[in-house]
Amino acid sequence: MLAPDIILAAVLNGLMTGSIYALVALGLTLVYGVLHIINFAHGATLTAAMFAAYVAQTALGIDPYLALLPVTLLFFVLGYAVQRFVIGPASHGEDRNILLVTLGLSIVIENAMLAIFRSDTRSIDVPYAFESIDLGFTFLAVPRVAAFGVALIVALLLGFLLRATDTGRAIRAVAREKTGAALAGIDVPHIYAVTFGLGAASVAIAACLLMPTFYVTPRAGNAFVLVAFTIVVLGGMGSIPGALLGALFIGVVESLCGLFLGESLGQIGIFLIFILVLLVKPTGLFGARA
Amino acid sequence: MLEVKGLVAGYGGTEVLRGIDLSVGAGEIVAVLGANGVGKTTLNRALSGLIKPRAGSIRFEETEIGGLKPAAIVSAGLIHVPEGRRIFPNMSVRDNLVLGSYRRGKPGRQANLERIFTLFPRLRERATQAAGTLSGGEQQMLAIGRGLMGEPRLLILDEPSLGLSPLLVEEMFALVARIAADGLAVLLVEQNVVQSLELAARAYVLENGRIVVSGQAKDIAADPALKHAYLGL
Repeated sequence: MLAPDIILAAVLNGLMTGSIYALVALGLTLVYGVLHIINFAHGATLTAAMFAAYVAQTALGIDPYLALLPVTLLFFVLGYAVQRFVIGPASHGEDRNILLVTLGLSIVIENAMLAIFRSDTRSIDVPYAFESIDLGFTFLAVPRVAAFGVALIVALLLGFLLRATDTGRAIRAVAREKTGAALAGIDVPHIYAVTFGLGAASVAIAACLLMPTFYVTPRAGNAFVLVAFTIVVLGGMGSIPGALLGALFIGVVESLCGLFLGESLGQIGIFLIFILVLLVKPTGLFGARA
Repeated sequence: MLEVKGLVAGYGGTEVLRGIDLSVGAGEIVAVLGANGVGKTTLNRALSGLIKPRAGSIRFEETEIGGLKPAAIVSAGLIHVPEGRRIFPNMSVRDNLVLGSYRRGKPGRQANLERIFTLFPRLRERATQAAGTLSGGEQQMLAIGRGLMGEPRLLILDEPSLGLSPLLVEEMFALVARIAADGLAVLLVEQNVVQSLELAARAYVLENGRIVVSGQAKDIAADPALKHAYLGL
């Protein structure tokens, strides 16, 4: 049996990985909740944001944490524009078409990055990459603790936005009743685009938090989105608290499985949970019935 | 206040409205009557911008609004309370009402919320409850309340009595009378002929996408031949 210290350390590390998953899952679940589609371009968007943070650091000398705000804003605007001027018009109001358009977009984005950056694995050097906090029984990497803190704040802000602002209310309204929303004076295409922008912004934040300790290749984002998809199903499609709690839980599961089964088998637990949820409670922990 | 001339509208290859002329004056209650499938809902959808008119003009307070987006039409003060309520079932009663003032009436939001809770005490009791858990009658009140939150100059009520029990239908018409008593113009689109004619000053009868009868509500109510021919009474 392993010492409790080691298990506790694995749990803490899992929570920190989970917080990054949470940001990716929040974007995915938000877009699903409103547009009722899985955004297949989510992974490519994450990768693009990671390259943005990479370029900011290597070409402009901007630290990823300082780049967080401008990159997030940039991706919000890009996400807004892509939904408003590409996905929306190309889908002619059919949800199925949106799905295919995002799939097409992901191919375009990935190959554009492959053309620009090649398939090399790239990472950035930051002076604090290996700084850690000594808890006595384990060390926590500073960039991962920072990511955890920022991710929680972002999740809370997003929750506040949806609950307590007119734009947030409009997003929730459009999610369930498009015609009613339009008749209340809500500009539905605008709200769709805002939602898409928020989804892109949340992966942009994840990208900036990841870059100090992670690497980027033109397909780097996909691994995260695959896990995020499991989280969204576990938490309930469209549920914000479900995505946050599900992500932290999945992060811990992955970490503990890695501890007990070996690092390379860490993700087995995630997919076992995925299958179990689909079998036992397909609506997820916080999901509404269809 | 509302002047509709030669309005033609439809879906795909089907023309549903084939030239509608209609007007509503300030503070007036006007009824549009007709059976299912004569074009009442299409008329409302064209007036509120959900579909684009194919021909004709819709002037609201001296401005052409035909073909504008729904949000712009709401901004102008023409608010449509749709058939089937179309409330936001996943949101609280209060949030539903608040969204009624998303585009228009934002400065007066708190005062209007209070006014609507006074008008519909039931909604106050259920303010924090999800709107989808309300009964049909309560949902209709909520839909009307949400419409009033936008401080309409003209309110279109599309089948407000549909699916309600006879007692609630009475209540609903009494309520429409009370709202209109404050000087709000109402375009009441209904299948419920008898009560609509009692309430409205003027009425139009729609058949096959055309207005076949128009006039004072009391004259239409008093003409048995007319009622028999077009309204099945």
